[in-house]
Amino acid sequence: MDVEILSRIQFAFTVAFHYIYPPLSIGLGLIMVALEGQYLRTGNKEYHVLAKFWTKIFALTFGIGVATGIVMEFEFGTNWATYSRYVGDVFGSALAAEGIFAFALESGFLGVLLFGWNRVSPRVHFIATLGVWLGSMFSAVWIVVANSWQQTPAGFHVVGEGLDARAEITDFWAMVFNPSSVERLIHVWLGAFLAGAFLVLSVHAYYLLRNRHVELSKKAFKIALIVATIVSLGQLVAGHASADGVAENQPAKLAALEGHFEANAPADMYLMGWVDKESQQVTGIPIPGGLSFLLHFDFNEPVTGLNAFPIEDQPPALNAIFQFYHFMVAFGMLMIALTLYASFQWWRGKLFEQRWLLWVFVFAVLLPNLANQFGWFAAEMGRQPWVVYGLLRTSDALSASVQANQVLFSLIMFFLIYALLFALFIYMLNKKIKHGPSEDQLLDHRSRHEEMAEAAGKF
Amino acid sequence: MATLFGLDYPTLWFLVIGGLFSGYAILDGFDLGAGALHLFFKKEKSRRIALNAVGPVWDGNEVWLVIAGGALFAGFPVVYASLFSGMYIPFMLFLLFLIFRAVSIEFRSKEEMKWWRKMWDISYSVASIALSVLLGVVLGNVLIGIEIGPHGNFQGHWLEFLNPYALLVGVTTLALFSTHGALYLLMKTEGRLYAKLSILARRAIIFFIVTFSLVTLYTLIYIPHLTDRFKDLPWLFVVPVLAFLSIANIPRLISKRRFRDGFIFSAITMSLLLVVVAIELYPVMLLSTVDEAYNITIYNAASSEKSLGIMLTIAAIGTPLVLAYTAFVFWTFRGKVELDETSY
Repeated sequence: MDVEILSRIQFAFTVAFHYIYPPLSIGLGLIMVALEGQYLRTGNKEYHVLAKFWTKIFALTFGIGVATGIVMEFEFGTNWATYSRYVGDVFGSALAAEGIFAFALESGFLGVLLFGWNRVSPRVHFIATLGVWLGSMFSAVWIVVANSWQQTPAGFHVVGEGLDARAEITDFWAMVFNPSSVERLIHVWLGAFLAGAFLVLSVHAYYLLRNRHVELSKKAFKIALIVATIVSLGQLVAGHASADGVAENQPAKLAALEGHFEANAPADMYLMGWVDKESQQVTGIPIPGGLSFLLHFDFNEPVTGLNAFPIEDQPPALNAIFQFYHFMVAFGMLMIALTLYASFQWWRGKLFEQRWLLWVFVFAVLLPNLANQFGWFAAEMGRQPWVVYGLLRTSDALSASVQANQVLFSLIMFFLIYALLFALFIYMLNKKIKHGPSEDQLLDHRSRHEEMAEAAGKF
Repeated sequence: MATLFGLDYPTLWFLVIGGLFSGYAILDGFDLGAGALHLFFKKEKSRRIALNAVGPVWDGNEVWLVIAGGALFAGFPVVYASLFSGMYIPFMLFLLFLIFRAVSIEFRSKEEMKWWRKMWDISYSVASIALSVLLGVVLGNVLIGIEIGPHGNFQGHWLEFLNPYALLVGVTTLALFSTHGALYLLMKTEGRLYAKLSILARRAIIFFIVTFSLVTLYTLIYIPHLTDRFKDLPWLFVVPVLAFLSIANIPRLISKRRFRDGFIFSAITMSLLLVVVAIELYPVMLLSTVDEAYNITIYNAASSEKSLGIMLTIAAIGTPLVLAYTAFVFWTFRGKVELDETSY
């Protein structure tokens, strides 16, 4: 294998592994802010216990997120030196802003969030939690801005030629608010909220099924269900806006997402399918003219297809892009159906009586996490063969001084460390869930009356 | 060319990056030093206290590296690209140990088993030692220069990074971090651990003075280009003199058991030594041993003036915020370490 494919595999692998964690941290951060806010508002100790419990799990996701996050920053320089020289002038300010505004905020307050329970007042602790959460939200801003600039470059001009060519910034705000950054940022944030909310739903559904921490779990489950229901519906709007943006800014990617080949014809939308690149055929279940309708509200409006682009400008992995995109959409729809159904049951007052539904929630945590991964795979593979859309090809972006055997070495190294990390993560997560929230501190505060009633109930 | 306080933007950004790296050295330096000494503490409770002394702050300290790296990428993309791709293997190893340091701190306390804790103790300490040495190795190579060819591409073999000078700088860095870490831990501990640390601090500073003398000697004898600037501008000689005085002050303060002041002086030493490095290099950032024409300087590597101006604004807004959070966290966790149920 050559340096290009190895470097691409390494970046894809390290960034995909990293991206298991930040969405969970952002989503759990939101739930923790809600729980601590409820504690401050109501003074109910149960929320405090829940916040403490979720902070422990947050510490785990956040810790691995930090440890694996710095890898990509380094890889820009180590594996993609030509890219770094090309984009540094533009991309650098976003990365610097991320470091100084986001990472410093989150990691600064993290110490207080994790270890400050007995050192600061609940109000200051709430501010620390809020600081960490906002920091994680901001870091999403700057990294999505940087990535969106690669998808839809704006606010720059190109200086120099050939190997010495580079993009220079001309307008900072045009770079920040490039055509795709806002819609993609919202899409990413909502995806992260779903990841966090579904993890909370999963764990508390499990406790309810096992008849443990019942009162706590009902409270947490409801908060997470509200978040998950609103956000999964919001994601429908955000996802649609994102697809509209792709149609406008990256027509070749859009054509790849739906496997639309004909240069200028009405486009179908597939519920599922299989793309054969050679014969330019998609086998599956189409809604004829569906894509045309979605973009232009007209089933017969033509949409630019892949054949409108020279072969060297088309994304190569058509079927993979199609599959990743369609599974993402399908998982999004499933989340909407599931949360709406559960909310309906809550309204009927029967939410916690249906064991099968709770079991579904235990496993539904996979839906948002896989959807987040698949969405990014579709977005990044759909941008190919470009690393900066229309400007710099991935094959031209490599480090000239790095050899294939070096990348192979580091790829194997990352594979081994991350396999170990993932095993430790699952083991620790399982352990923390098995241990559960510490309800000891609730006992002292329970009224005597309740205790006696409980004691009486035991006999 | 736009200037601020009489300095052009690339020079200013060079100073910003220098400030960030010395902030990183001062902050993560004590974490790494504490980690390097970790296996000298024999009792389980001592190890826990030592770990929890850095527990709430190491992550925030590591962020300084992320910020400094980002600032280097943003301000001098050519340096970033050439240095990182040139030193591919050392940087990959650096990542390996950075991950292991983080994971060891995180996972050590999660199980009671003896073998489990021992395993993470060893990996924590080895990772901290390796990170300190690697940082020094990178610095050493930057000082003597690397084989940079046309278009800023490294054209040598990666094993060249392990040259005697770079390794010596690596060991010196380890010694300085160990001193710094011991002094930090002395502020956070009591009793027998404290007594043990005061001996370790003494040994570490002696270790540092020996290795540092060797580096100085080596530099003066074999690497004349690093002293040119001081010959041209003799008044700059005051900086290395201050650095030497600051170093000499550390053993004095240690023997007087004024560890907090000792810590301040080990921090000052790091900053002054980096100022010496900056004086030696400026305006070159990566020296080519192939041909002077391939040198990467702050001028041929810098981002556009527009970009640097934007980032100086970001830094001006961001830096006070970062200092404020940092101060708040250190203030919250001031005083000796107390273990509670949230500790590692």
